[in-house]
Amino acid sequence: MAMTMQVNIVSAESEMYSGVAEMIFAPAELGELGIMPRHSALLTHIIPGEVRVVSNDGKKEESYYVSGGILEVQPHIVNILADVAYRAADLDAAAAAAAKKRAEEELEKNQGDINYAAVKAELAEAIAQLRLIEKIRKKKSL
Amino acid sequence: MATGKEIRTQISSVKNTQKITRAMEMVAASKMRKAQDRMQASRPYAKIISKVACHLSHASSECRHPYMIARKVNKAAIIVVSSDRGLCGGLNINLFKTVIGQMHTWEQEEIEIDVCCIGKKASQFFGRIKANVVTQVTGLGDTPYIMDVLDSVLLLLSDYKEGKIDKLCIVYNKFVNTMTQEPVLYQLLPLKFGNPKDEMPAHWDYIYESESKELVEELLNRYIESLVYQAIVENIACEQSARMVAMKSATDNAGDMIDSLELAYNKARQAAITQELSEIVGGAAAV
Repeated sequence: MAMTMQVNIVSAESEMYSGVAEMIFAPAELGELGIMPRHSALLTHIIPGEVRVVSNDGKKEESYYVSGGILEVQPHIVNILADVAYRAADLDAAAAAAAKKRAEEELEKNQGDINYAAVKAELAEAIAQLRLIEKIRKKKSL
Repeated sequence: MATGKEIRTQISSVKNTQKITRAMEMVAASKMRKAQDRMQASRPYAKIISKVACHLSHASSECRHPYMIARKVNKAAIIVVSSDRGLCGGLNINLFKTVIGQMHTWEQEEIEIDVCCIGKKASQFFGRIKANVVTQVTGLGDTPYIMDVLDSVLLLLSDYKEGKIDKLCIVYNKFVNTMTQEPVLYQLLPLKFGNPKDEMPAHWDYIYESESKELVEELLNRYIESLVYQAIVENIACEQSARMVAMKSATDNAGDMIDSLELAYNKARQAAITQELSEIVGGAAAV
């Protein structure tokens, strides 16, 4: 059996995942990270995107969407403190597309506004969600 | 002795009060369930973030964050989490007693005290006793948002960083179970941690992918926010369950009162009938 580590993914509203895993992929600020057990201690921001948890000898892979937050890695523990997290399957394509459109319109309208950063972040989230939805669809159609 | 009619109006008014208290009891019971769910839902986050913060405090990083360094206390601040509405038994009063006790000890040590009030009851009470209230947040409702209290919390945090205050505590009611709520005083700043349960080497530090200072600052700010949020939702669960219990006993007491009033009413009626009878009999005998 492969070596495992404890993985906890929590958002402010609920606990998403808590269990053992062999590998985890997370969208860190400087690019995607793949973390395996006995990784050295690490602390980083994460950006909107997909978190994948591989468990059960690589047979099972679960996918989550996180909207950003903080990732902590200890040799045998990985903690993800997400701002908002969903199971990837629960993502709503229509809502994400609407959010993207809304954010784009906002950006068109008020350039240089104080809310610029907030809208930009919203847009990044919507795009990340859409990308993940697209990926899941492709996987299903294969 | 009150006459029949007076007692009857009294009974009906007590019955009306009982209706109200019974309705309040039921409303509190259903709200309590929701408040408890909310409390449970945000617990995992609070648990994990406290673990991460605890790990962080044991890392031997090059710079210690000011939140972790204890200094001599000249001025302390206290966040009091109370309810917005009354009629929930001794919940708020017990809480304020704890605060007053703590304030006395601080006063003896000649520590100045700032108060941050969350909830209407706290701001009324501390306004009345002329405490130094620096910020207050009222009208949070049943579904609090951390955004609403964030301004006040950030103000206190920046005060701490600037050295205006040297200690920050929070007081709230801890939810033990439906019947018991316990006022607790918890020190937020400087941060206090026990030993981590997870095994760790003696000397280590994180690899920081982003700027370490910013990251640590954000993490610790979030940790404190989550503690405050947890305190607020826990206090709401306490408020609802205390109200439910208080209203239940009020309903029971109203029932007892109605019983005794009814007894008095029947006695008065009986006495009136007896008197009337004896008058008739007396009248007949005279004829």
